[in-house]
Amino acid sequence: MIRLNTAALTKAMPQLLSLMLILFLNYLAFPGFFEIRLQDGRLFGSLIDVFNRGAPVIILAIGMTAVIASRGVDLSVGAVMAVAGALAATMTVAGYPLPVVILAALGAGLACGLWNGILVAYFDLQPIVATLILMVAGRGIAQLITEGSIVTFTEPGLIFFGTGSFAGVPMPILIAASLLAVAIAVVRRTALGLLIESIGINRSASSYAGLNSKLLLLVIYGFCGLCASLAGIIIAADIRGADANNAGLWLELDAILAVVVGGTSLFGGRFSILMSALGAVIIQAMNTGILLSGFPPEYNLILKALVIIVILLAQSFSSLGGWAFLKGEFRSKGTKRQ
Amino acid sequence: MTDKPGLLVVEGISKSFVGFKALDGVDFTVRPGEIHALLGENGAGKSTLIKVLTGVHQPDAGVIKIDGQPVVMRDTQHAQYLGIGTVYQEVNLLPNMSVADNLFIGRQPMRFGFVNRKRMEQQARDLLAQYDLHLDVSSDLSRYSVAVQQIVAIARAVDMSGRVLVLDEPTASLDRHETEVLFAILRQLRARGFGIVFITHFLDQVYEICDRVTVLRNGKLAGSALIAELPKIELVTLMLGRTLAVATHKPRHDRPIPAERQFSFKGLGRSRSIAPFDLDIGQGEVIGMAGLLGSGRTETAKILFGIDAADAGHIRIDGNPVLIRTPRDAVACGFGLCPEDRKSDGIIGDLSVRENICLALQAQKGWFNRLSSREQTGLADTFVKALDIRTTDIEKPVKFLSGGNQQKVILARWLATNPRFLILDEPTRGIDVGAHAEIIALINRLCDDGMALLVISSEIEEIVAYSTRVIVLRDRAHRGEISGDDITTSNIMQMIAAESEGAPA
Repeated sequence: MIRLNTAALTKAMPQLLSLMLILFLNYLAFPGFFEIRLQDGRLFGSLIDVFNRGAPVIILAIGMTAVIASRGVDLSVGAVMAVAGALAATMTVAGYPLPVVILAALGAGLACGLWNGILVAYFDLQPIVATLILMVAGRGIAQLITEGSIVTFTEPGLIFFGTGSFAGVPMPILIAASLLAVAIAVVRRTALGLLIESIGINRSASSYAGLNSKLLLLVIYGFCGLCASLAGIIIAADIRGADANNAGLWLELDAILAVVVGGTSLFGGRFSILMSALGAVIIQAMNTGILLSGFPPEYNLILKALVIIVILLAQSFSSLGGWAFLKGEFRSKGTKRQ
Repeated sequence: MTDKPGLLVVEGISKSFVGFKALDGVDFTVRPGEIHALLGENGAGKSTLIKVLTGVHQPDAGVIKIDGQPVVMRDTQHAQYLGIGTVYQEVNLLPNMSVADNLFIGRQPMRFGFVNRKRMEQQARDLLAQYDLHLDVSSDLSRYSVAVQQIVAIARAVDMSGRVLVLDEPTASLDRHETEVLFAILRQLRARGFGIVFITHFLDQVYEICDRVTVLRNGKLAGSALIAELPKIELVTLMLGRTLAVATHKPRHDRPIPAERQFSFKGLGRSRSIAPFDLDIGQGEVIGMAGLLGSGRTETAKILFGIDAADAGHIRIDGNPVLIRTPRDAVACGFGLCPEDRKSDGIIGDLSVRENICLALQAQKGWFNRLSSREQTGLADTFVKALDIRTTDIEKPVKFLSGGNQQKVILARWLATNPRFLILDEPTRGIDVGAHAEIIALINRLCDDGMALLVISSEIEEIVAYSTRVIVLRDRAHRGEISGDDITTSNIMQMIAAESEGAPA
């Protein structure tokens, strides 16, 4: 067991080193970065902020990991967040009790995910196309729900999901951490991990072996939609309103990036939910750092792209056997010339 | 006809891919005004030869001559320019463009820098009229049947190249009538002096339309002859060869035939795939399934295992009717299938040997009933030992194992589910001699232990070595059964080569 853990640790090295480097740079840019203080029974500080702001993408990345491991992708999660947020806000304003609101928003996300799953599993649409449909249509649905305006609310119960805290820990962090723990436990304790990897690597062979790959895909996409609606509720609760146009905008790309930075291949197969969450934290640490450093915001996206390229190249090198590969290339070219 | 000089002459062509010789000194001559069949089982080198002829691959050695002049094909366009047109099995046209566009794409008649549609469509109509094909050339190609698309592809290739036409399995997806139409066109082109290379798996069609045949086997030229001078049985012998040394295995047809046949399949069939067939098999017997490639062997296996849905028919196990519509249903009935295409339908390449072995059992046990790590390791260790799977470690990704060991892993995957009926589709293809003998021994052992087995193989000697009964397939139908002492190589060969009674396809 200990041997296995060290192996996992070695594999996670590029990501852990990147995170440490980014945190260190953040510290250089903003010496108070690691300060944490307790105020009104809630923890505050830049480091807490990284996790708190990163929680929605962590949640998205958990669902996205399963989808990508099955050799798919879900472009609709941002739009599904908007749908869930819009539904939660509108129903709250209309006076529905909190449990009904939450269940309705989560149900909407699940339904969106199942829709994607049906298109992918039963109609054999390519995942990128299938989910593109809802990526576009979802924003329209959200706008229909909010009737084109930004719906704001003051209901403290719903707001608690975004800004509340329990035992000093902000709610988004608690929710993300619980979901992470549950998802990892389910994948480890059941056969789902193995079966998802199996259909991601070779769906045809998996079906030949008697796997119910269609149902499994449906469940995977349904789960991803559920995660997206949870993230949507948190964001709506945080800003105390639902903005159908901007809630979750481009977050599908951050979620995909988090999974890829975490080391799960876009070609499906081996995956690690924990590493995807780490990927999401790396992305958020970068965002926060750039804001703290006082760079003009225009540099934000470019810097982010550069850092990500470095991380991905580092991974690609280590998976290819690093520099040994390059050496081999040069050697073979040398002999060819002779 | 024999005296005519070659239009396209290939001499001593060799082509190797990484560590694998696909073509080894092959000679091949196409004369003007002949239809020349190119035959061979999978992996014999047909497609590599075609790719060399059409400029997709560059040969490592040998010469290609057109009209006696040595040429080097740089790419497919250059091959077309030199007069060699190709129509591939999967028609390489653009279904979402009009028929006229497809005929003239890349060389549309222009006027003032724009495509002159009117003229293009007139030319298209004229061109297709030569083939007695009158259709609306401005509508999308996808509106027409595969047969029409096939003819459009031929018309395009003929119009662009005009000397040699290569047809890669053109009749594979056509019905009988469509095939007739195609053949009429081929005869017309032959009369115009074309050299036509015709690749097919249907021997009847070879005898119906071809003048000459060349057979490849294992990348080498097995023989070339005029069809009129080559009896069918000799052609089959050329194709299959007699290479295997299974003589060491004692034939097992003395094995007692089981009193009861627990698995009964009645009238199962699927249109354009396999004609309805009956099959009964009991525990403790091995049914060998022989036939050329494309004769419906794999199609039979796919229907039995629920991969393809049968159009009609019913299945009884132990006398009780069952429905098998998916592989899951088949597994639940105690079936297992080692597929023909190990790489795409068998192994999960990136998963470890352990995970590959546990997969079918895990799928059967359900998502929430996980085999513990200890059970998985135990299972994998047991089968690695029992089947002598050569791997350094059960955690090694299965893609790094040799073909024979991968095959054993898939066998182990099914044996772990303790099946009652195991279907093996070409279990010994592409594996080394040692593993080959081990798999044959294993088939015999499983049968003695009371399993029902259906084994599909191209190697006749091998089938003779382990079968209690042999079913012979031809032209997508089950044609006959041989049992007991009648199971001999020559009997099976005779049956494969026999004339079809009814209409094929």
